[in-house]
Amino acid sequence: MRSAKIAFASLVALFASFACLTLAPAQPGSPGPMPAPPASAAPAEDGQWTMPAKNHASTRYSGLAEITTENVKNLQVAFTFSTGVNRGQEAAPIVVGSTMYVLSPYPNILYALDLAKPGAPLKWQYNPKPEAAAQGVACCDVVNRGPTFSGGKIFYNTLDGNVVAVDAESGQEAWKTKVGNINIGETMTMAPLVAKDKVLVGNSGGEYGVRGWLKALDANSGKVVWTAYSTGPDKEVLIGASYKPFYDSDKGQDLGVKTWPPDAWQQGGGTVWGWISYDPDLNLVYYGTGNPGPWNSDQRPGDNKFTSGIFARDLDTGEARWFYQFSPHDLYDWDGVNEQILLDMEWNGQPRKVLVRPERNGYVYVIDRVTGEVLSANVFGPVNTSTGVDLKTGRLQYVEAKKPQMGRVVRDICPTASGAKDWNPSAYSPRTGWLYLPHANLCMDVEHSSANYIAGTPYVGAEVRFKPGPGGHRGVFQAWDVRQGKTVWSSTENFPVWSGTVVTAGDVVFYGTMEGWFKALHARTGELLWQFKTSSGIIGQPTTYRGPDGRQYVAILSGVGGWAGAVVAGDLDVRDGTAALGFVNVMRDLKDVTTKGGTLYVFRLP
Amino acid sequence: MSALARLLLLVLLAFAGCQREERSFRADPVATESIEKVALVPLSPGPSGPVTDTSGKGKEYENNAYHLAQGKTLYKWMNCNGCHANGGGGSGPALIDDLWIYGGSIENIVQTIREGRPNGMPSFRGKIPDDQIWQIAGFVRSMSGNVPKDAAPGRDDALHPRPAENRTPEFPPVSGGAPPPR
Repeated sequence: MRSAKIAFASLVALFASFACLTLAPAQPGSPGPMPAPPASAAPAEDGQWTMPAKNHASTRYSGLAEITTENVKNLQVAFTFSTGVNRGQEAAPIVVGSTMYVLSPYPNILYALDLAKPGAPLKWQYNPKPEAAAQGVACCDVVNRGPTFSGGKIFYNTLDGNVVAVDAESGQEAWKTKVGNINIGETMTMAPLVAKDKVLVGNSGGEYGVRGWLKALDANSGKVVWTAYSTGPDKEVLIGASYKPFYDSDKGQDLGVKTWPPDAWQQGGGTVWGWISYDPDLNLVYYGTGNPGPWNSDQRPGDNKFTSGIFARDLDTGEARWFYQFSPHDLYDWDGVNEQILLDMEWNGQPRKVLVRPERNGYVYVIDRVTGEVLSANVFGPVNTSTGVDLKTGRLQYVEAKKPQMGRVVRDICPTASGAKDWNPSAYSPRTGWLYLPHANLCMDVEHSSANYIAGTPYVGAEVRFKPGPGGHRGVFQAWDVRQGKTVWSSTENFPVWSGTVVTAGDVVFYGTMEGWFKALHARTGELLWQFKTSSGIIGQPTTYRGPDGRQYVAILSGVGGWAGAVVAGDLDVRDGTAALGFVNVMRDLKDVTTKGGTLYVFRLP
Repeated sequence: MSALARLLLLVLLAFAGCQREERSFRADPVATESIEKVALVPLSPGPSGPVTDTSGKGKEYENNAYHLAQGKTLYKWMNCNGCHANGGGGSGPALIDDLWIYGGSIENIVQTIREGRPNGMPSFRGKIPDDQIWQIAGFVRSMSGNVPKDAAPGRDDALHPRPAENRTPEFPPVSGGAPPPR
């Protein structure tokens, strides 16, 4: 019955996409035409992949269609390359012209590969020589989520808190700006976003009592143009006259101070280590803020603004336009840093500019990106910690019985600290109208304890152990209908899906598993069409591009690690379930199926 | 056995237990830095191995229940558990296995805490008093079962991640050791 429905739906969708993409009638019973990213944020396909999220709308959709659901089964390895580093490989390989840029985890070496020559030989490598001690204040493996390209330069962050700009042709350093301080626990792991002449970067360190910020650097000089903190007084959060949040609970003066115990905002977290999107028409940047510190929520009564939420800011000045808090007074380490996909869609018959955000707390949010109003918030994974989102107040409705406590173990909390979905980004296909969502299926036991703030050391205050979620499988890859707000198909994985994904105009969707399989699924049915076993577990972000030979290629970094894979990457001892902030408890058997690695794989049809 | 003999045995047993409770009530001044001659490696030119000379202070801390219990408390208060968890590790390496990158003796561990290590271990010199560093180092040794069972701490009240230190199997430091697979 279900599969018949899906088949029918896909037939209709297929027909629709043939007819006309944006004006086509939608699936039966669904509201309005196919949502599509604004053209200004998602320009037409040029065969390159110049930033991790593909475009400013963060769709991770490629218009290339040489690889189809029919021929994907013939994919073969075109070339491989070792990053030389055996830690978690979370970066996206990016392609500009005939060069591919690959970034390793710490020590953050940037490699340029010449795609125009057989075997894609190394053109040059650039080593920023980050401080080795930075590894000690990186909570969850020494990962990096990728470089980005703009105006002839490659930009990226180093673990020890530097932003570097490297000439894309020569590999010479253009500038290097130190913005983070490891002695207070700050590191940098996120991929910068370049919009106009500004490089947007944020810090990591939510487990170290770091105060989160987003900075805009001048792309030419590397000078900091503005800094917007996530906590503290309005003038440091860059809240002024143009700040008009939708919900009352986000209105008021100096909420970044008043929603905390005295001075706690100074170690309050809200770090900015995730994804940024940019709408050129509105000139607004969108990004999320991390969890409040410490995890022990009893030590920080109040809403803890502006953590675990999303900001819209003016690109030129950094001034906040609106803010919405996914998890007010976060109880579970639910960073609000996931990706936001910018779409224009019809909502109750009206065209709306929205952003779609799959959030750690287990809901996919559809938010009006002009006003910050939540249009819908629907559950996509097992959730017993909240009963829903009150659309009048915007507030998440917590379940009292699942609130962690001091001195008592609260059991079977779903989702976990890592969330129903963590950092690993989803992709949106304007051909199906579906979001492709890689995520985890986990629950946890938690006991809070008193956290001690010692600068440069962890500031957590929780004993945690993870366990598999309902059903026993630990990972899920699903297609989510953005208009209907529900799952279309889903596919389970033994281990959490910690890789990103990409979807193409050939209706093929790619992702990797922690065992090391790189998979291609049918975007309309979820059917497994092809898989290849790489040398180590995959937690990276696939990309696809048209090579100098005019052929379509698919690239992925293999190399297990990250928070979920720390048990292997960090040689952790599985007898202690609380290791890696509780993740080891549910990942003991990862050691049986994979080992450390760091290899780029690139595939092509024969 | 006569009642007297039984009593005598009991008294003897009671006294035998005293060593684990023995303590000096005047710890060294906080700014003291005890110097122990230790090596990080078993390799040294010549057949005799590395030259080392330790004062015996290590044994004093390792065999003493009070010091180990203090060490267990300080391990959390100083946020050691933030990186090393309850011994399984996290951003820092595991402490309950037999792999010791910078040496597994209590003197090595004291040096590691005091000086820091290149790949992320912070230096706590001047931040933790000398005798507390020894207490933490003693407790760290107990996590892999390398202190007397009668002196090692018992289980704590919190979420129970692994056997308590006094029940933990012994994992003596091995050069080139590795975490057990599972």
